Amino acid sequence: MTLLAPTGSGHPPPAPPAARSGRRRLLPYLLLLPGAAWLLVFFGVPLVQLAAASLYDPSGSLSTGYAMTWAVGNYPDVVQAYWPQFLRSFGYAGLALVLALLLGYPLAYAIAQKAGRWKNLLLVCVVAPMFTSFLVRTLAWKTILSDNGALVGLLRDVHLLAPDGRLLATPFAVVLGLTYNFLPFLVLPLYASLERLDPRLLEAATDLYASPVQAFRRVTLPLSMPGLVAGTLLFFIPASGDYINAELLGTPNEYMIGNVIDSAFLVRLDYPQGAALSFLLMAAILAVVFGYLRRAGTEEVL
Amino acid sequence: MARETPAGDLRLADLTKRFGVFTAVDDLSLTIEQGSFFALLGASGCGKTTTLRMIAGLEEPTSGQVLLGDRDIARLRPYKRPVNTVFQSYALFPHLSIFENVAFGLRRRGIRSVDDEVTRMLSLVQLDGYGNRRPAQLSGGQQQRVALARALINRPQVLLLDEPLGALDLKLRRQMQIELKRIQTEVGITFVHVTHDQEEAMTMADTVAVMNAGRIEQLGAPADIYEFPATAFVANFLGQSNLLAGEATGASGGDVAVTAHGTRFSVPAGRSRADHGPVHLGVRPEKLILVGSADQVPAGHQHVTGVVTDASYVGVSTQYLLRTGWGTELSVFAANSGTSARVALGSEAVAYWDPQHAFLLPRDAADTDRTSPVLDEPVGASS
Repeated sequence: MTLLAPTGSGHPPPAPPAARSGRRRLLPYLLLLPGAAWLLVFFGVPLVQLAAASLYDPSGSLSTGYAMTWAVGNYPDVVQAYWPQFLRSFGYAGLALVLALLLGYPLAYAIAQKAGRWKNLLLVCVVAPMFTSFLVRTLAWKTILSDNGALVGLLRDVHLLAPDGRLLATPFAVVLGLTYNFLPFLVLPLYASLERLDPRLLEAATDLYASPVQAFRRVTLPLSMPGLVAGTLLFFIPASGDYINAELLGTPNEYMIGNVIDSAFLVRLDYPQGAALSFLLMAAILAVVFGYLRRAGTEEVL
Repeated sequence: MARETPAGDLRLADLTKRFGVFTAVDDLSLTIEQGSFFALLGASGCGKTTTLRMIAGLEEPTSGQVLLGDRDIARLRPYKRPVNTVFQSYALFPHLSIFENVAFGLRRRGIRSVDDEVTRMLSLVQLDGYGNRRPAQLSGGQQQRVALARALINRPQVLLLDEPLGALDLKLRRQMQIELKRIQTEVGITFVHVTHDQEEAMTMADTVAVMNAGRIEQLGAPADIYEFPATAFVANFLGQSNLLAGEATGASGGDVAVTAHGTRFSVPAGRSRADHGPVHLGVRPEKLILVGSADQVPAGHQHVTGVVTDASYVGVSTQYLLRTGWGTELSVFAANSGTSARVALGSEAVAYWDPQHAFLLPRDAADTDRTSPVLDEPVGASS
């Protein structure tokens, strides 16, 4: 938002020749130009095209061609057909977010406040999995959770899992995969916030009769809010649109909306449906994000 | 809760704190009377802040007791102690308004109606109407006063102040010193003030403890310590002293005889902390009077002769350096009251003093003359 505001309004250059001041005023826009052109060509145009495709006549096909009939009915149709996958996407992403917060907040706090000279090493450990591909990491989980794997064997032996129970191809595996894959996106912004937290403020809080729990609620948590909000968004948005985890670790019963879109475009070749689903997903995520930001109320993020 | 128990003196008993092999506070014992303004004075690293943090509960003593009345609070968690701190960095909560900062302690103890108290407190520190601002919108002096209000509102039995004025400029510091003293008199709470600024300690405190290397060198009223320091460290940390190395040869007739640099001096027995063996004969620079020749020295006074090597005019006084025959430069402060002529640079002069103003301290045999002051640390240095 502030990106587009004309700069320099507050500090006019000292008595410049007209041409130079003109050029100077243009400079920010010139700097924006490459990025803006990139966005226009590779994001703006396809977005418009996708919007158009979502309104094509659904009876068309790739071979016979599509007719633009402003078929708004595509939207209610896909909602009716795929609302379980929509709900599942947000449900799984939400569950994964809760798990990630339980794992990630203490982790970020420990690295930021208690790790001392191990801080950098631990940060590298958080990021290290990203050095390999997302796909490879998810496939690795497939091996770990497999029916013949050591983990399932152990769980069966201690009767935490029924003799024929399995981990792979369950909602548990999908949520676990989402949690694991997107955890760094939550931890890093949280770490950045908590690293700036002055431990003397916590001393002041305890000096002013706050128990450790109260000090956390009244001081640590509010001061880590910017990182928490940024981290949860960075986690939740890609997690709810993800399809790799459901594809590799789940079955069609665990399919999320990403899988439906994937198959609409690549398997069923139903472009109007795929486009309508994509737009709905985007709208739903935007609605969730704005609702969340309004409630969390941090000016720093927007 | 805690505020109902009868308040009492704060006593530190054999308090020791070690960090690894380093002993920060070494077997410290002292009593701070209820309602007094007590200053812990020392250079950075002398253990004064560690002592304060042990009273606050932010540091656990290695051994010893912290007694409030007859209750040992040394092992209580900080939020269970009737003690509050004004931190050197203020440590105001940046996400809370001034009002909420001040109300913090009350709210944590479950007190619901805080409005009246907070308003009253803000006006005590002259910040009426600032309740809705954030700490970042306030100047250093204002933040300092918020920190004070935030601590005082809890009516602690003891208020700890950790170099609270260190970050303020000189003028504001003087103003806040008077302010703090006024507030202390008004609320009648025991104040324990940690500082490295001797002038600050002397201005505000009823009792000053001079700390060095984890121990207390001397404790007493500011004037008593200044007039009759107990050790060479105190003599040069609190103000400045000319300390001449000498040998005491025993007391006779109420005086202790001293031989220093070949001259015989005497000091009243009441102002001697040693009467034989190696001693320091001390005289404060402002107690020395400079005259042109030995015959101007009044009867009953003692003197040394030398050459004036430096004269700095500082307005209220002129500060001379007098190089004695044996090479030591003595400091002499002459008030610019207009009653005596200034002494020219390079001229021979005699510095004399009333033996009643001299003092005698025990000395390590290896120690020589000491005249240079302990240099003041830069403002804001932590300890």
